[in-house]
Amino acid sequence: MGIPDTGDTAWMLASAALVLLMTPGLALFYGGMVRSKGVLNMMMMSLGAAGVIGVLWVLYGYSTAFGDSVGGAGFMGNPGDFAGLSSLLDATYLADAEAGTDVSVPLVGTIPTLVFVAFQGMFAIITVALISGAVADRMKFGSWLLFAGLWGTIVYFPVAHWVFSFDEVTSAVGGWIANDLAVIDFAGGTAVHINAGVAALVLAIVIGKRRGWPREPMRPHNLTLVMLGAGILWFGWFGFNAGSAVGSNGIAGYAFVNTVVATAAALLGWLLVEKLRDGKPTSLGAASGIVAGLVAITPSCSSVSPIGAIAVGAIAGILCALAVGLKFRFGYDDSLDVVGVHLVGGLVGTLLIGFLATASSPAGVDGLFYGGGVDQLWRQAVGALAVIVYCGVLSLIIALALKFTIGLRISDEAEVTGIDESEHAETGYDFSTLRSSGGGLGTPRPDAATPAAAETVAAASGKEG
Amino acid sequence: MKLVTAIVKPFALDDVRAGLERLDIAGMTVSEVSGYGRQRGHTEVYRGADYQVDFVPKVRIEVATEADQVEKVVDAVIRAARTGKIGDGKVWVTTLDTVVRVRTGERGADAL
Repeated sequence: MGIPDTGDTAWMLASAALVLLMTPGLALFYGGMVRSKGVLNMMMMSLGAAGVIGVLWVLYGYSTAFGDSVGGAGFMGNPGDFAGLSSLLDATYLADAEAGTDVSVPLVGTIPTLVFVAFQGMFAIITVALISGAVADRMKFGSWLLFAGLWGTIVYFPVAHWVFSFDEVTSAVGGWIANDLAVIDFAGGTAVHINAGVAALVLAIVIGKRRGWPREPMRPHNLTLVMLGAGILWFGWFGFNAGSAVGSNGIAGYAFVNTVVATAAALLGWLLVEKLRDGKPTSLGAASGIVAGLVAITPSCSSVSPIGAIAVGAIAGILCALAVGLKFRFGYDDSLDVVGVHLVGGLVGTLLIGFLATASSPAGVDGLFYGGGVDQLWRQAVGALAVIVYCGVLSLIIALALKFTIGLRISDEAEVTGIDESEHAETGYDFSTLRSSGGGLGTPRPDAATPAAAETVAAASGKEG
Repeated sequence: MKLVTAIVKPFALDDVRAGLERLDIAGMTVSEVSGYGRQRGHTEVYRGADYQVDFVPKVRIEVATEADQVEKVVDAVIRAARTGKIGDGKVWVTTLDTVVRVRTGERGADAL
């Protein structure tokens, strides 16, 4: 309890909003990459995740991630500690000079706890939304929402506790990866990107390939949307990374600069691979390189120097550009390369900390290349491996449970027609004059019209009869 | 009466229109079409995966004209649309049995 720092609070409110913007940004990024008959469903999966996780976060998600560790084991927070956030509401919001009372609200560091709740809630939303890229064009929308809720509950909320919950910050005992293993993961290379990437791989395998993949061409239908989405993601990511300083301070500035330079290097790295391998640097490659760099610098932005960040970005851009080809070799339809970009990029960023971390950074730890030996490297590797195994097993159980109960896939016929029409009764674009001119295919259904219009229709048909 | 149908590259449309407007023709119909001839399609690359695009975008221009104008129309189209590279398109001429103007009911050459 206490008086929040206004500067820190202002930055964290802005950061939370920036991170939320990443989710519609991701919707554009993903939406442009699918064929036009599936663009709305692709975007709806991102917004659907925002709906489900936004509610669960307040009900018990925040508490499961940031409540006091159950049994002190560091495995999950107590879901009851902050259920419904009701235990965080006992506060004096305004000072009263006459009564002599000062402002007093629950704090995390120097900011109100509720601001921290909002900020971390955005992380939960985007993490779940990231997974959707693996199942483009073929997953029942209801099954997706259920998957989002179940996966958030038993995978993301506990893993966020492991990685983000430090002792004595939101509760007495936090998560084991953050405190006992002392992994450096500033903004979520493990909890967000490796986690989402593994879930994407499992879900893509369980749900199966799109009809015709990889024989039929499935070209991105709108690369300008993809470019816009990548730009919004980069913009929002400053809230994600610099906001993870949980203050308006030098660490935020450090993370901010690394988020610029690593991303720039990754963009160039991806284009270099394309130029050498395919002959042309592509816009989709630039957009993908941006995201790969952002993913890799997410865990490492507080622990590597800006020159180190260039290396992190360049390596991530190059490796992810190569990794997106793996799905063709192994035959899993990770439609929009969540594995190739987020799992691989997350691993690159998390493990490179073990090599490139420098004691002169805010994290204050030397990696292998700076004379720190392998101490940090093995911690990073164990942390990443733990998330991969836990997420892999639990995601598989959730996916199989849904597959054999309510089912994961839409019918073959619906998939051929297009998931927008079958799951949402909409189409993304209306360029055909036959649809929009008021005649032809655009005629309103009489039974859906207003009562007055329905009478007119009845009278008209009566006259004809 | 004849119908001249020209399939040309999309960017040639403005030049073709300008060339045809210098002749005594009454109008034209333009549509966006896709297809291939000897040019075949082309290859695009997305995240390292090749996609063969079989049908390339073209513009179809249709001009109905009197028979004695046909050669001039065809020449104008060819002059405007030719780059000398593969994929410049084709022009063909068909015979029209009749033409009717919807507004007045005029038939034949008067309706052009």
